[in-house]
Amino acid sequence: MNREIKLINIKEEILSENKGLADKIRERFEKKKVFYLNIMGSPGSGKTSLIMKTIEALGGRYRMAVIEADIDSLVDSEKVAALGVSTVQIHTGGFCHVDANMVEKAIESLPIDELDLVILENVGNLVCPAESDTGAFKNVAILSVPEGDDKPLKYPLMFSLADVLVINKLDYLHMSDFSTQRVMKRVKALNGGIHFFPLSCETSDGLAPWISWLEHEISSIRA
Amino acid sequence: MHELSVTSSIFEIVEKHAVNNHAKRVVAVNLEIGALSDLKNEWIQRYFDLLSAGTIAQGARLMITRVPAVFRCNQCQQLFEITSFITEELVCRQCPSEDVVMISGKEYHIKDMEAEI
Repeated sequence: MNREIKLINIKEEILSENKGLADKIRERFEKKKVFYLNIMGSPGSGKTSLIMKTIEALGGRYRMAVIEADIDSLVDSEKVAALGVSTVQIHTGGFCHVDANMVEKAIESLPIDELDLVILENVGNLVCPAESDTGAFKNVAILSVPEGDDKPLKYPLMFSLADVLVINKLDYLHMSDFSTQRVMKRVKALNGGIHFFPLSCETSDGLAPWISWLEHEISSIRA
Repeated sequence: MHELSVTSSIFEIVEKHAVNNHAKRVVAVNLEIGALSDLKNEWIQRYFDLLSAGTIAQGARLMITRVPAVFRCNQCQQLFEITSFITEELVCRQCPSEDVVMISGKEYHIKDMEAEI
C-alpha cells in the first residue's frame, strides 16, 4: 500500500494557547481597573522582601493581594499574610514556573472587585518563568548583587523581556566586584525600554523611585 | 522539566493539525526556536516521545532550527549576530555604537509538519 507524505503548514506560535489565556486575564484585570504585576528572579534575590517592603511603603493606600507561587511550601505566603494582605498560594507541584492557567485558578479565590493591586511572586528561577506569559501588565525581574553582574549574559531571555529590572542588595556592593553600570549597559542592549531601580530592601535605599513607578502604574490603569 | 510545558504545547498543536488533516502518522515536525531560549533539543524530543506514545504523532522527529540572535544598530542600521552573550560585546560591528536593538532570537514557532495521509 502506497502512503503519501504530505507537508502540512502549521505556522503557529508554540505558546499561543497560554498567551491567549494570559490575554484574557489581562482584559479581566483591565476591566476591573486592578494593576497586576509579575515578579521574577532567582531564589534568594529578594522577591518576597521587595513585596513586603512595597506593602509597607504603600502603607494601606491601596487594596492589595499577593499570589505566592512555590514548588511546595507556604513560607513566603505566611510572611506576606502576616502583614495583613490577602494571599493566595499556588503550588506548582514541581513545575518550574507559573503559567496563565495557574493564575486563572488562583484569582478565583481573590476578591478582584475590592482590589487595586495584585502582585504575583513567580517561582524562583531565571529561566522558565521568562517563557510563560502570566497575564501581568508588567514583568519585573530582580537581580541581587551577590548573584553577580554576569547574569544578563547567562540568562538573556529573562532580561530581554522584563519591563523593570530591580537591582537589589546594594548594601552588598562594597563586598563585591558587581558593577551596576555594567548590568545596566548589558541589559539595555537586550531591552532598550527597560526601567532600572537599584535599591536595597535591607536599608530601604533607592526604594522611593520604585514605589513612585508602581503608584504611577496603578493610577494609569485606574484612569 | 523546563522543556515539558513547551513540549506539551507543541504536541497539542501537532495533534490538532494531524487530526484536522486526517493524517495517519506524523513523520516530522519543523520548529523554529530563538537562540535566546534555553530549551535543549534532546529534551524536547524526549518529552515529545513520552507525550506522543500511542498517538498518531508517535515516532515523529522534531527538526529544530535555531533562529539566530540578530541585532540592528540604531546609528548605522548595520545588522549583526551574537552567538555568545558571554564572550561577545553587544556593540555594533561597524560603527561601533552601543545603541542596538534585538530583532530576532526570541521565536517559539511551529512551521510545518510532514505526515502520512
